Amino acid sequence: MDFINQTVERSNVQLAKADFESDQMVKWCPGCGAHAILAAVERVFPKIGYRKENFCLVSGIGCSSRFPYYVNTYGIHGIHGRAAAIGTGVKISNPRLSVWIATGDGDSLAIGGNHFIHIIRRNVDVNILLFNNQIYGLTKGQYSPTTPMGKVTKTSPQGTIEHPFNIGELVMGAQGTFFARVPDNNINLMTEAMFEAAKHDGTSIIEILQNCIIYADKAHADIIGKEMKEENMLLLKNGEPMLFGKNKDKGLILKGTRLEVAEIGKNGITLDRILVHDQYDQDPGIQTMLAKLAPPHFPMVFGVIRSAMFPTYDDLVEEQIKYAKETSPIKNVDALLNSGDTWEIN
Amino acid sequence: MAQKKRNIIEKDNVVVKFVGDSGDGMQFSGSLFSESAALAGNDLATFPDFPSEIRAPQNTVAGVSGFQVHMGSEKIYTTGDLVDVLVAMNPASLKANLKWAKKGATIILDTDSFEEKSVEKAGYKENPLENNSLDNYNVIKAPITALTKESLKDLGIDNKVAERSKNMFSLGMLYYIFNRDLKGSFKNFEAKFKKNPQLIEINKLVLQSGYNYAETIEALESVIQVSPANMEKGRYRNITGNVATAWGLLAASEKSGRPLFLGSYPITPATEILMELSRHKSLGAKVFQAEDEIAGICSAIGASYTGSLGCTSTSGPGLSLKSEAIGLAVMTELPLVIVDVQRGGPSTGLPTKSEQSDLMQALYGRNGECPVIVIAASTSANCFYYAYEAAKLSMEHMTPCILLTDGYLGFGSSLFKIPKMAEMPAINPPIAKANEPDFKPYKRNAETLVRKWAIPGTEGLRHRIGGLEKENISGIVSSDPVNHQVMTDLRAEKVEKVAEFIPIQDIYGEPEGDLLVVSWGGTFGAVRSAVEEVQNQNKKVSHAHFHYIMPLPKNTGEILSKFKKILVCELNSGQFVQYLKMKHPASNYYQFNKVQGLPFMINELSEKFNQLLEEK
Repeated sequence: MDFINQTVERSNVQLAKADFESDQMVKWCPGCGAHAILAAVERVFPKIGYRKENFCLVSGIGCSSRFPYYVNTYGIHGIHGRAAAIGTGVKISNPRLSVWIATGDGDSLAIGGNHFIHIIRRNVDVNILLFNNQIYGLTKGQYSPTTPMGKVTKTSPQGTIEHPFNIGELVMGAQGTFFARVPDNNINLMTEAMFEAAKHDGTSIIEILQNCIIYADKAHADIIGKEMKEENMLLLKNGEPMLFGKNKDKGLILKGTRLEVAEIGKNGITLDRILVHDQYDQDPGIQTMLAKLAPPHFPMVFGVIRSAMFPTYDDLVEEQIKYAKETSPIKNVDALLNSGDTWEIN
Repeated sequence: MAQKKRNIIEKDNVVVKFVGDSGDGMQFSGSLFSESAALAGNDLATFPDFPSEIRAPQNTVAGVSGFQVHMGSEKIYTTGDLVDVLVAMNPASLKANLKWAKKGATIILDTDSFEEKSVEKAGYKENPLENNSLDNYNVIKAPITALTKESLKDLGIDNKVAERSKNMFSLGMLYYIFNRDLKGSFKNFEAKFKKNPQLIEINKLVLQSGYNYAETIEALESVIQVSPANMEKGRYRNITGNVATAWGLLAASEKSGRPLFLGSYPITPATEILMELSRHKSLGAKVFQAEDEIAGICSAIGASYTGSLGCTSTSGPGLSLKSEAIGLAVMTELPLVIVDVQRGGPSTGLPTKSEQSDLMQALYGRNGECPVIVIAASTSANCFYYAYEAAKLSMEHMTPCILLTDGYLGFGSSLFKIPKMAEMPAINPPIAKANEPDFKPYKRNAETLVRKWAIPGTEGLRHRIGGLEKENISGIVSSDPVNHQVMTDLRAEKVEKVAEFIPIQDIYGEPEGDLLVVSWGGTFGAVRSAVEEVQNQNKKVSHAHFHYIMPLPKNTGEILSKFKKILVCELNSGQFVQYLKMKHPASNYYQFNKVQGLPFMINELSEKFNQLLEEK
């Protein structure tokens, strides 16, 4: 088993999917991508191996945020946009919990944008499942911060006039230490990314391209749909060349300061010219460029794009407390009350 | 040193104010002076008065910083209305503060600072030292800057450095005038400037020179003696309201065994609570400076869910931002302490001034039927006890509690008799035990209606809570209309039942009569002083000062019913009086209000009391 966070207590029995299934009726629309995300979580939690009482799910508001009710762990369903802030409090208060935040593109990038960038900047050790369906589902179809420009929605009858966020770029800009992108139609890829996120010490962002079957159906189909995925998806594997295409004969090369698509065998390109993925590289330069790639001129990149080691906020909190406890003469409140200038009146 | 024979006049209480430019060290002078008063056994209260600009232009009225000390041989309730002794280090500070000086007050001036340019910058048309504008005062004109430099000439230090210690010269003069011992301040220098021995020497020398100078010129005909106050035996310290609040939360954390978590965002005048708690990691306090007010409270809710004593500190504008999240804590029935150090509003308002205008916001400023406990501290020192009480009530009753203090209490200080932790009341949060049979998130204690606190990580208690309405007992998401009514009623009743666990309202003076004066929160000192003053004129007036607002003490209606007139005094447009009228309707309420960012003056209150007593 790979290295998994040592501060979270492990289960001494083998857990199964059934240990995490809740008795609540799952009320997402039939065909919603969220069902697959739930299945992936129920599959990966037993595999991660922590005591089931040590998982804590946190969410904000939106379709995504009903998630905690559907998993049998500790869970708190918060208010719109604030899951990252609530989750920060949960993790700092008890670093021995494995904290998972379920959120959406509206919840985390619009109303909760501030908390989102700051939890990333601090590198609080939580895992964030960001359901990106490019639409507001629960409020029935308004555009979100990731809706492509020009898209017609209930609040943009002539098409949106806003530039969407690229989530990966936003994460890198906020000094993120972990970013993965996965499609909702590949449970294995989702499970792998979630496992990697659990392993990572720090804020892990998993962008899940999720389909909203009612208000933004097939929003991601041009990339992750059956016919398109060979040419439009590049699955990254650490230590391996960045290849894609039906015959795995296309790859990414660095030309000057930019990435380019090259075909092996054409223009003298050989396999050793193709960039090799290093998810652990602390310098986010190439990783940021990868996160931004999109059709038509590039494939979109999937898998773990960045997983760099940096100290976590919660570890530093514990370290400072430990140091203060060892060095401060004030060991209890009586000592505090009597510290400094005091005098006796008889 | 050889002492001349001095005439001594006794005073029961004296108000001294140090004023100067922001950079003149008035806060330091003031705190040393109050320390000397405390060591001499006086009761005292202090208040720093600084501009909201960090460094406003030099020598302007906007840049004036002050520190007021009220000390006495009697009980000191307030930081003092008008000043007996004013130390003014420049023309601007004199201009800004003369209106607070009593007629005949002693005013010590640094004449060196009254050169033409500074006089003009202060907004004077002519030099106040050269006309008759100060004739009604006892003015001591001293070339303080020059004398400070002179007293340091043997050290061969830079003139600028020398000038900076002129605040110690004027302090030394005051020590002579009040017959104070210099040794306490010497000790303070030794501790404060441990790393810079030259500063110890400079400050000692200048302080002593100021003292000697005042003695030489016989600054006043008599020295003023303020004898020790008759204080309860025990160990004392001076404490500001914000520090007392922070310590009260630490004390409640230790007593309850629940780790302290504070999630806050800096905001005047509450920031000191955040700063103070940041210094006490050795007590396990986890302090999170959040990205905004909302993250502050939401992180505290997350911490509270996880078993910590979750707290957030703020002022009025921050409380507005936290409204929705307070609703989440009400709905999830989690403990949460929200400290609101009130300031002048609305909007940004008067950040460094004080008001009591957040009361209605604390009581009702949320969507939905959203009751919380609301209590208020009344002195800087008792912020400790009310912070402790807020945490105790919040944890034991599994509901948020808003603690109202204000800028005057928070920045001001009073003497604090140091309690022993062993004697503080027990705090027993209703924590669910591992594998508790038939655990349900919203199963309640039949008597208190309190649900159990089931802490993540505990075996056998996995559950989900959240902002959506929940079915009673099971905690399952429910939009059933009847259940919503049941839960709404339960949440309200749970808070009402807190009345069984708080003290009954006490009354100062006769339990019945013509006039009951009612106040709450930080106006206690001024109102009690005014009540005493009127009582001393053999008039019948009683005082009820409220610390518990939601719920009100059980005997509130009974107390109010025994008086012909009820006068509610508050620093807002009448929020508590409206609340009382709603809870205990009657036609004999009167109100006295002030919204100037200033505390009540004792004489304006007593005038109002007398007026109501005379009117039939």
